[in-house]
Parts: sequence; C-alpha cells; structure tokens
Amino acid sequence: MIKKFLMTCTTAAFAAGAALALAMAAEAKTFRYAFQGDLNALDPMSLNETFTLGALGNVMEGLTKRDKDLKIIPGLAERWEVVSPTTWRFYLRKGVKFQNGEDFTADDVLFTFDRAKMDGSQVRSRFPADLKYAKLDDHTVEFTLASPNPILHYEWDTLYIFSKKWAESVGATRPQSATAQSLAAWALTANGTGPFRVESHQPGVRTVFKPHTGWWGKPEHNLTEVIFTTIKSDATRVAALLSGEIDMMDPVPVQDVARIQGNATTAVLTGPELRTIFLNMDQMRDELLYSSVKGKNPFKDARVRKAFYQAIDIEAIKARVMRGMSAPSSILISPILFSRASEIKRFPYNVDDAKKLLTEAGYPNGFEVTLDCPNDRYVNDEAICQAVAAMMARINVKVTLNAMPKAQYFEKAGQPKKFDSSFNLLGWTPGSFDSFNVIASLAACRNADGRGTVHAGALFNYGGYCNPKVDELATAIVREGDATKRDAMILEAFKTIHEEVGLIPLHQQALAWGVSKSVTIAQRADNQILLYWVTKQ
Amino acid sequence: MLAFTIRRFIEALIVMLAVAALAFVLFRFIGDPVSQIVSQDATLAERLALRAQLGLDDPVLVQFARFVWKALHLDFGLSYQLKQPVVGMIADRFPATMELAFAAAVFAIAVGIPMGVYTGIHRDSWLSKVFLSISLIGISLPTFLIGILLIYIFAVTLGVLPSFGRGQVVKIWGWTTGYLTWSGLKALILPAVTLGLFQMTLVTRLVRSEMLEVLRTDYIRFARARGLPDRIVNFRHALKNTLVPVITIIGLQIGALIAFAIITETVFQWPGMGLLFITAVQQADVPVMAAYLMLVAFLFVTINFIVDLLYVRVDPRMRVIGRGT
Repeated sequence: MIKKFLMTCTTAAFAAGAALALAMAAEAKTFRYAFQGDLNALDPMSLNETFTLGALGNVMEGLTKRDKDLKIIPGLAERWEVVSPTTWRFYLRKGVKFQNGEDFTADDVLFTFDRAKMDGSQVRSRFPADLKYAKLDDHTVEFTLASPNPILHYEWDTLYIFSKKWAESVGATRPQSATAQSLAAWALTANGTGPFRVESHQPGVRTVFKPHTGWWGKPEHNLTEVIFTTIKSDATRVAALLSGEIDMMDPVPVQDVARIQGNATTAVLTGPELRTIFLNMDQMRDELLYSSVKGKNPFKDARVRKAFYQAIDIEAIKARVMRGMSAPSSILISPILFSRASEIKRFPYNVDDAKKLLTEAGYPNGFEVTLDCPNDRYVNDEAICQAVAAMMARINVKVTLNAMPKAQYFEKAGQPKKFDSSFNLLGWTPGSFDSFNVIASLAACRNADGRGTVHAGALFNYGGYCNPKVDELATAIVREGDATKRDAMILEAFKTIHEEVGLIPLHQQALAWGVSKSVTIAQRADNQILLYWVTKQ
Repeated sequence: MLAFTIRRFIEALIVMLAVAALAFVLFRFIGDPVSQIVSQDATLAERLALRAQLGLDDPVLVQFARFVWKALHLDFGLSYQLKQPVVGMIADRFPATMELAFAAAVFAIAVGIPMGVYTGIHRDSWLSKVFLSISLIGISLPTFLIGILLIYIFAVTLGVLPSFGRGQVVKIWGWTTGYLTWSGLKALILPAVTLGLFQMTLVTRLVRSEMLEVLRTDYIRFARARGLPDRIVNFRHALKNTLVPVITIIGLQIGALIAFAIITETVFQWPGMGLLFITAVQQADVPVMAAYLMLVAFLFVTINFIVDLLYVRVDPRMRVIGRGT
C-alpha cells in the first residue's frame, strides 16, 4: 500500500517535472542568426559600419530611432522642438535605465556628444563640428547651430548614447583609436538602454544577447536569447539555414535564392536596399588613362557619356546578372529616400542612338578604355562590370575589365592613388539618408587630390564630374529649412547631373535575407538586423 | 654536431628574414588599409592624419626595419580592424587550428595506414580498387569542394552533423578545447575529414608502395618460407619497415595541415588562425597578415630544423658530412 502510494507520488512528481520542463522549453526562444562579416569591437564610435551599428542598435539607443519604414520616431528623446532655425530643444525620456541600473540623464547626452567629437571617433560627421549643446535641466538638452540645418537629427538614430558614469568607471571615456597601444577591456562589452544586453562576446566567433528586462519600451519580440555567429562562406551559410542550425542569415547569394525558396522550412525575404550602384567616367584629366585615345579625353564630351549610358541594357543586367534582384535607377539615390525621384526617367537603351552620339563626338570607330571594378564589395559587382563591358562592345568601345578586391580597388580608383582610373563602378548609401550627402559626396567639384572645391566630402566623386551650378545648389540645400523648396532644389541638382550624364546610375540592389518559416522579422531597407522586431514560433 | 646545429639555426634565421621581407613587399600591393578603417564620410584630412599615424607614409625600408625590430620583441602591433594586439588575437585562435590539424593528422594516419596495408597486400581485390578510387578523389578534388559536399550530405540532407563552428568549448589553463564536449567532437568530424583527406590519400599511397616493395624483399620471403602466419609476416615484419618514410612525411605534412587549414576553416567557419588570416587579407589588415605569415614560416622552419637534426641522429652518413665541413 505504502509502496503503491510512493510510486504514485513519484509518477506524479515525474509528470509534473516533465510538464514543467516542457513548459520551459516552450518558453525558451533562442534566435540564431548569421552574417557574412564579423562583429568586432563593441564601441559604436570606432567603426561606422551598417552591420555593427545594427547589432549595437539592439543594445544601445540614440535620441531618435527609425521605424520599420525608416521614418524618424522618438527614441531616448520623447520629443523635440525647433525653437528657432538655429536652436533645437530635445526633451529626454524619463525613467529610462541603463542595463547596469544607472539612470539616463542629460549628462549622458552631453558626454556622448563630447565623445563623438574626439580623435579616433568615426561618427564625427553625425553633427556639425561647431554644434553647441547645453543642459537646461536633467531631462532637457538645447542644441545651438551656427547656421540652420533642417536635417540636424537625421543621423542621430545611430549616435548611441553612452552612460557617462559607466564609461568613466571602465575607462571608456574616449573611442578606441586606430593607433592605441592595446585594446581596452571595455571595448568588448556594452552598456546601453536598449531592449537587449550583451551576455557574452567573442569577436569573429559568437555573440550572445539576452533581453534587457528593465527596458522602457514595450517589447514586440518574444525571444529569450539571441546567438549571433559569423559565417563567411556563402555555401556554408546557406547550408546552415537549410539544416535548421540558424533561423536567419544575411545575405543570401543571388544564385541560392531559388534553392532556399524551394525548401519547405525556409524562405527568402527580399526588399529594396538603399545603396545605388553607378558608373564614374573620368572627366577631369586632359588625357584619358588606360585608353587608346591620346592627347584628349573623350569623357569630357557629354555626347560620349550619353552614348555609354544608352548602350547599357539595364533590364538585361537586372534579369541576367541580378536575377531580378535590383531596381533600375535614374538618379543616384533610392526612391525611398527622395520622394520626387520618379520625376527623372532613365535615358532609353538604344544602341543606334548611342552609335550616332559617338559618331557626332568624333569616335565613329569607338575607342579603348579600362573599367576598374571591385569584386567583393557589392552584389555581383564584377558580373555587372562584365555585362557593361560586353554591352559597350556593341557600340565599338573596347572595354578592358580590371576587377580587384575592394581594398585594392578603393586605393587605386580612389583618393589614395589620386583617382588612377578612367572608368569605374561604385556604390553609395548616404549615411544621413538624405540627398545632400549624395550630391556633395559623389557629384561636387573636387581637385586632383580629392579635396572638394566647395564641399569637403567630394572625395568619392571618382570621375571628377564638376558643375558649379550643382555645387551652388548643394550649398543652398543645406541651408533651406522648407521641405518643399528643398526638394525642388534637390530635384534640380539631380536633373542637371542627369542631363549632362555626370555619372551613369545603374540600379539599387535588393536585400535578400534567408529566414526560417518559424520566424517573423521586419526587414528594413538600410539592412540593419533589429532583434526587437523578431518573433519566433 | 654543434657546428651543424648552429649552421642550420643561422639558415633558419635567414629564411625567416626572407619571409618577412617577401611578406612586406606583398603588403605594398594589397590595397589601402585606411579606407577599410574609416567611415565613408571621413574627410580627406582625417584620412591623411590616420595614414601618418599608422606610419604608412614612411619609406618602405624604415617600415621594414621597424617591423623586424618589433617582431624580435614579439610585438606585431595592433590589428587595424579590431584594434587589439595581434599576438593575443593569434594566441586566442591558435588552439582551434592546432586541434583541427591534430584531428586531421590522426584521421589521416588511422584510416590511411590500414587502407595502405590492405591495398598493398591484396593488390587486385575489388575493395583495393574502391580504396584507390577514394584516394584518387581525395587527391584530385579541391578542399573547399569536398567540404561543401560533406556539408550538404551530413548537415543538410542527413542532418546529423553541424555545418559550421566549433560547438561548445571548454577552457583549460587558457587553452580552449572542443575535445571534451559532445557538440565539440561532433563539430570536429567534418572539418577534420576535409582537411585530412589529402594527407590520408598520401599516406595510403605511400604505405601501399612501400608495402609492395617490402613484400618483395628476401627477408619476407624467408619469413614465409619458415611458415610464419601471414598476420605476423605482414604486420610485424613488413609494416614496421614501411613506417620510417611514413613518419617522416607525416611530420613534414603537419606544417602543411596548419597552413592549408585556411580553406577548411573558411568553409566550416572554424574559428582558427586561417579564418583570421583570410579576414585580414580582405580588410588589408597588415599587422595580422604579417604575424600569421611569420608564425607559419616559423612552424615550417622549426619542423624542418627538427627533422634535419633527427636525420643526423638516424643516418650516420649525415653526421660525417656535418663534421667534415
């Protein structure tokens, strides 16, 4: 009798234990994801790179945030007002706690802005160097500008706020500099106000995140743990997703999209990306380098540039090279970031017109030119260049392709080797998500050394295109506070570049994330992987 | 003997210096590290300042002298990308690569020797032909392809082994090991097979040809004539005598296993030194590349040095040459 009773008890206890274990298993939601690049130091000021900023965006927060459609929404500042065109006031959210339990106050904001200006910081361009800021009270900060700037706060979603007390206690008061003698231990840790905290971090191997229970917002995710791993090899990343070892991975190689879609448990999430791919033509040198033309530079003639433009069959590049994963573009910015983008149309693909233009310009038999191209930077970059070279052959222009790894490419075609290239391919995402950055970086006048004549950022104008009218428009765009007038000027600048074919825009590449069907995730066009929008079944 | 050792030591030093010089010349062509460090919005002034800080504007000879001088103090500087001391980074990754290379070597020997013996004894059996075909695959297919094939069979289709990573690791006296956990051992299988396959085929073919040779010798015939059982003839007398060259080859191949681990580590995302090196190449991270190349050169030079010394011990003729000069 007693024996039987004991047995019943044991069975019951066992069943209860099993049920509990099951319940816990059901609750534990571990989200595993992989990216092709590493997550290195966790200081958001020492490497300005999308993936790192995205990963840290789960842990730390800026005064503003961006929603799923990249619209600016309140972050650590619950609201802000423009008191006068040169005075902005930010009202900070109250009751926010850092992950180590400290309170968030205006002092942390001032400290962060000071830190962002120091040597070694890669985020100095997030705000004008002469911006002044002062604390009005514990939860109000006032910013004073030297000249009006309607997009002052556009990049503040990734200007993550540090805890002043924490930084001082661990010695993180300045960003890790590129030439420091040793790595500070804090650079592998993080302390923010965000919805997740870093549980452990081994650079290049594995990073574990856990939800921050004291987060001020209402969690939209249902995760209890997140494990990030780098998987460099494309084939392995695909295999890991197919075998269910990971729940999400980025990027999906274009050729594997069908395979992942065809698998019962996985899908590919695609969407437009912000990056625009385009071609530069050297319009600066008096004699074109690496070309058969001697003593002059055919690219100085707008007819030659237009001929090149019209010789490119952009739909064929989309269909064959990009397998549908691109959106042909007529301007240098994504339509997501500039509402009037559709008012400019691409010049049509037309080989006869292109030949006619070349003949008018005095090159009826074409000429030879070398196309420099990176082969590990953008989606199918080398293949795009091969296609362009083949298309140019139809108008008798013999293009020699010179593809190389990005580290060499940016050295040769860019400023370090004084733009040693006559024809090249580049991609650009404006850090500020705004057209001014595009115009000033890619199409503003520069000298042979790369110094901008008017706009200091003209370093990436690899072709040396120059029209003083565009420079003037850019200067006016910075100062204009009225959105409609501003957009009109932006459109005019893009139109000017378009009409004289200063550069040849190709397309915006598409994002492709491989996801398990048990996971829902929001894909944002800037390719940040944000864990607080992930739910797992 | 001492003179021989000293001469070999000096030769080893010259090799190291030559590797350093070659590496340094190569680094002039890998591209611009600065554009890999700064943000795209960094101004020209910031870029130029960073170049100067990193010492990239100094003459090549000055840079080289500085590099050698620091390397003598085991200081390879700071990774441009991670901003961490390179020596520490490589030390962190060292156990992973060594464990992988060791497992691959064990696999190569444990599978290669029996296969070699079998194909040597039963020259014409169908199983021998199967073994030889497998070894042909191992020798002719590139490593990355074998790795991807194995991943697709064992991870994606069968779902029995992990496709990437090292599993759970345990830290013992600063050495991280995957040998002590179940997931660590499972994760080790595919990379070790991939890396060791080439060496395994080498061992198979070597043992086979040595066996064929030895089995023809007089003492084996006499042994058979005496009526000794096949087992004793084949394994005690024949196999033992084939092992001398096999051991030499394996010793020399350990260096190759560590160096070739680059590809296997990339395919399996194995967190070892090779993966670190590949990443460094893509990012033009010169300090990491330099330190890795020096380490690999050092391993090769050391192994060769030891093998040379062993030869002198084993082969009396070498000792005479050593003394004579």
